[in-house]
Amino acid sequence: MTVVVEERDRSLLTRVQHLLHAQATIGPAVVLLASVIVFALLSDRFLTPGNISLILQQVAVVGTLAVGQTIVILTAGIDLSCGAIMVLTSIVMAKVAAETGLPGLPALLLGFLVGTVCGLLNGLLVTRLKLPPFIVTLGTLNVFFALNLWYSGSATIRGTDMPSLLLWTGQTFTVGGTRITYGSIMLVLLVAAMAFVLKNTAWGRHVYSTGDDLEASRLSGIRTARVLLSVYATAGLIYAVAAWTLIGRIASASPQAGQTDNLDSITAVVIGGTSLFGGRGAVVGSLIGALIVGVFRNGLALAGVDVLWQTMAVGVLIIVAVSLDQWIRKVKA
Amino acid sequence: MTTPVLQARGLVKRYGKVTALAGSDLELLPGEILAVIGDNGAGKSSLIKALSGAVIPDEGEIFVDGDPVSFSTPIDARRAGIETVHQSLAVSPSLDIAANLFLGREKRRAGVLGSVFRMLDRQGMREEARRQLDALGIMTIQNPGQAVETLSGGQRQAVAVARAAAFGSRVVIMDEPTAALGVRESRAVLDLILQVRDRGLPVILISHNMPHVFEVADRIHIQRLGRRKAVVDPKSVSMSDAVAIMTGAMEPPEA
Repeated sequence: MTVVVEERDRSLLTRVQHLLHAQATIGPAVVLLASVIVFALLSDRFLTPGNISLILQQVAVVGTLAVGQTIVILTAGIDLSCGAIMVLTSIVMAKVAAETGLPGLPALLLGFLVGTVCGLLNGLLVTRLKLPPFIVTLGTLNVFFALNLWYSGSATIRGTDMPSLLLWTGQTFTVGGTRITYGSIMLVLLVAAMAFVLKNTAWGRHVYSTGDDLEASRLSGIRTARVLLSVYATAGLIYAVAAWTLIGRIASASPQAGQTDNLDSITAVVIGGTSLFGGRGAVVGSLIGALIVGVFRNGLALAGVDVLWQTMAVGVLIIVAVSLDQWIRKVKA
Repeated sequence: MTTPVLQARGLVKRYGKVTALAGSDLELLPGEILAVIGDNGAGKSSLIKALSGAVIPDEGEIFVDGDPVSFSTPIDARRAGIETVHQSLAVSPSLDIAANLFLGREKRRAGVLGSVFRMLDRQGMREEARRQLDALGIMTIQNPGQAVETLSGGQRQAVAVARAAAFGSRVVIMDEPTAALGVRESRAVLDLILQVRDRGLPVILISHNMPHVFEVADRIHIQRLGRRKAVVDPKSVSMSDAVAIMTGAMEPPEA
């Protein structure tokens, strides 16, 4: 009898493994739902419109960065320079507009161009010099950050000196008592667009297969260098969008802003079920991952837990998420 | 004399001081299975890579149906109708079978959905994949939507062979297709190779496994020291003689 029971238990576990293997976002979605329920029970204030609004605003910047980070990690790369690209482009947008009186739209587009060029530089170093993405972006992280300090003169640009378009992402509208920023809406639209492209286009498939097995993809006739270049450049563009959201969020452009956002974006991607080894994951997961981190930090703070334990909780989440990924990868037929 | 479907003349490939190909020839005739055998370092892999566009030879010429061609990427060779099943299989494990079959040449949906939104014709590709797998009699694979990493070694091999057979219009090259397989799976792959030939596609089979080579090959190309040493008929030469020629222990019989 016991043998039979054990057999059934194992097959249930195997079934869970297969389910998570087929749908990597289910795990993070369950974690998000469970944490929302737990924190709502712990604190009356958690599910209030004001608090939900706060979480969404806190998540918008890292969430946007995580969209770019996701496509890089899907190719088995990593982008340590994403925060630096974001801060540099936010300074460029704001300072050019504030100093030369350039209108909002051209300033914004200039920022998008700068972000894309930064990403392209990462891509060129990865594909031409064939350096590991970790090293490339560790280098460019410092390069971009230094450029940012040089161009900004280490000075913050006040929101009142900028055209209103640059601050638009921080504007809000109200739905059922919850104030929602346009930055959060932009994030949701960005995630939807990227999810569509990854799932439904040949480019999306090539991103997955390049990360899955570079040599196999090359032999299958995929121009892998071109795929990687386009991924890093697109990621750069998305970081520039994050810069726009950042300006709206802090109502200024500061060369010291977003210091922890680099690693927070990687955290969101990993907790969201995307594999650091490439070829597996989804951008919706990264949004959920960013929300999980936001909900954990906010919920623990409301429950009166010291900030150091919030940080530890996030650390534990990362390790659990990567262990889960390793387990899922061992799936058998 | 019939024009060879694929012909190589005087191919040379050097890697630094190492000469992998020292003026190698090869002829593949219509409708045949040509086995390529040779000791380690005889230049089999370099020869096959040159024919499939994965490496660019330093010297020599390649002809397809008698016309000179030059391949600088695997895509060039594919355009010429030459499909290769690499030893590493060149499949993407996390993608499903249909996605792998169409990897690098995905079909898009008709109309605006395809031209503007670049949407893939997922359904169409699945159906086509199903047809190809059925045509090759690969019954063990139930669902083209299954991820390749959940397949056994033999099934993965079948996917790679099906891809080559589906898209190869002139030649299918197979590099050590049975090397990593068990007895039963090898049997199935050998049957697949025979089926591909029976559909009219000539096959180049690179293998270390002499019983497999002698079972399916119509002619055997023996590669030695970067050159074609001999081409023998498996019906008139014994396995041990072929190995002797391959290792240099015996001179090939005068044809």
